[in-house]
Amino acid sequence: MTPSALVVGSGSTGAAVAHDLTLRGVAVTVLERGEIASGTTGRNHGLLHSGARYAVKDRESAVECIVERDILARIMPELLELNGGLFIAVDEAGLAYREPFLEACARSGIPTRELTSVEARLLEPALGGNVLAAVEVPDGVFDPLHFCLAFLATARANGAAIRPYAEVEELVVRGSSVEGAIVRDRRTGERRTIEADIVINATGPWADRVAAMAGVDVPVAPTAGVMVAVAGRYVDRVINRLDKPSDGDIVLPQRRTVVIGTSSWPVDDPDLIAIPPEHVALMFDRGGELVPGVRGAASRPRGVFAAARPLIGRAGDASGGRELSRTFECFDHAADGIDGFVTISGGKTTTARAMAERTADVACRKLGVTSACRTAEVPLRSYREFYDA
Amino acid sequence: MPDRQVVLRLWRTNGSNGDGRSGRFDEARVAADPGRDTVLDVIERAWALVDRTLVFRHACHHASCGTCAVRVDGRERLPCITGLGEVWDGHSALTIEPLRNSPTIRDLASDPSPTIARLASLRLPYVRTVESDVRAASGVAADDDVGAAERFEDCIECLACVSACSVASGDPEYLGPAVLAAADRIVEEPRHQDSERILDLVNGEHGVWQCRSVWACSAVCPSGVDPAGRIMKLRRRLLFGEEGGVAAIPSSSAHLGVGA
Repeated sequence: MTPSALVVGSGSTGAAVAHDLTLRGVAVTVLERGEIASGTTGRNHGLLHSGARYAVKDRESAVECIVERDILARIMPELLELNGGLFIAVDEAGLAYREPFLEACARSGIPTRELTSVEARLLEPALGGNVLAAVEVPDGVFDPLHFCLAFLATARANGAAIRPYAEVEELVVRGSSVEGAIVRDRRTGERRTIEADIVINATGPWADRVAAMAGVDVPVAPTAGVMVAVAGRYVDRVINRLDKPSDGDIVLPQRRTVVIGTSSWPVDDPDLIAIPPEHVALMFDRGGELVPGVRGAASRPRGVFAAARPLIGRAGDASGGRELSRTFECFDHAADGIDGFVTISGGKTTTARAMAERTADVACRKLGVTSACRTAEVPLRSYREFYDA
Repeated sequence: MPDRQVVLRLWRTNGSNGDGRSGRFDEARVAADPGRDTVLDVIERAWALVDRTLVFRHACHHASCGTCAVRVDGRERLPCITGLGEVWDGHSALTIEPLRNSPTIRDLASDPSPTIARLASLRLPYVRTVESDVRAASGVAADDDVGAAERFEDCIECLACVSACSVASGDPEYLGPAVLAAADRIVEEPRHQDSERILDLVNGEHGVWQCRSVWACSAVCPSGVDPAGRIMKLRRRLLFGEEGGVAAIPSSSAHLGVGA
């Protein structure tokens, strides 16, 4: 009999897990309480990380990013803007960071090319006259919704059931095992039980709430970041501040806009995030040091948004969450005495496929499925096929 | 939390009923700051704090994903980039309804499937060659040696244009402004697609000759696609060809007086 899995959540992690398990022959149902990617993933910056941002402080994340960036360029080439990125030094601290940055990128396998400030401004004329040094890296841009839809369209074509507007209200726990979920169809109001051999909790900053339905404790520290969209496509490449990661140090292009990000503050409720006005002002101040033209839009941003990152750890573990690891963790709750239940948390969209591979490995071991992961080779379908009747 | 309050008149359906025409308005009173909140902020607040059964679509909150389009006081908008202060007079109720001319999933959520299936059949690539709009405007030319950068197409497939189209409401087979605009993009920059196939399609019975030139689609487009302008460009291409030669006026359009 075909083993079955419920995947709760349709952000980048849930979507990639659904695709991975389906390729391995598991009968997958994705349960999403709202629209696809309506949680954290939908509201992310859309930065396809080369890994350079993490190279100095967090080599594990950096290597993960460059490996995954290359895989995504193979499996979803039509969905990525691969124009590259620049790290630019705009002050003495940035210049001092250049050597350790170049060395760390080399150690992590991230290709770099040093540019003079003149070369950088020929590539990106909207940069200011304050560029002291520049390094080109293979960053890119994706659209978060379409990223998820491509994984889900492929999963569905291979037999998975994708159910948006289906909210998990309870988990079915029998003895010490999770055996399904009680689901409210929000389109009809009907409530029904769906049985499965395993439940994968891929709900990001909501992971603790879903885990609590099985009496399990998951350490998630929802940590918001603000992003500001500005009318005008000032740059074609991702512009990063050459320095250790901090607030407002990335400006990236998206259609006829650029998006400045981000900041970091802990939140209690990922459902309702109030954006502090001073964080928005900070984006214009800091972003304006990289791309001066954005300052003119400070009184009229095109869009301001925030979502909660699902960082692993406890709220209050570190100041503002910047020091919590950006890598991910897969929890097999057998360790908590509950079988048939796995939580995946942390990470970032660039590494969603790798997170899914690790999670599917754990799930398949529990299910007795021996097929190997194929997601690094199988090209994804067009996101538009998600909508095929 | 802001101290003013806005009353939202939210369209509610009783489950998925296909056309979204049968339903009622529910009122929800929520805190509002017209200077900072977007319309999506107050819709989200109505869901989180007043009625969790409200179904609405949203994902990116900055006009990139196209999912949240609704009608606000009768006009198609992306609530994520519509400031509350732009549309609210400070005391009247604000009416929020789903898009027209797409099936309703429930309440404010429209199902984009029929139009996106048509877009899928056109095979418009998602990335296009960049035209460096800001640089062109500032008079700074990009370096020719660099090679063309790529970027995503402007159309975010929100279907506001389809909702605003008076032809689409009468002819469900009409290709509609989003699909016709995509067709013009393919002809403009084919990227290995077959322009002739596309021109044949838009020249058919449910194509460009049905447009009544109301320009509502271009007026409501949040992304600068200008579907009506592109429909007119397609007509010119069909009539005069790429090289300026005069092509035969299609018989299917004769009754519309096109070309007169």
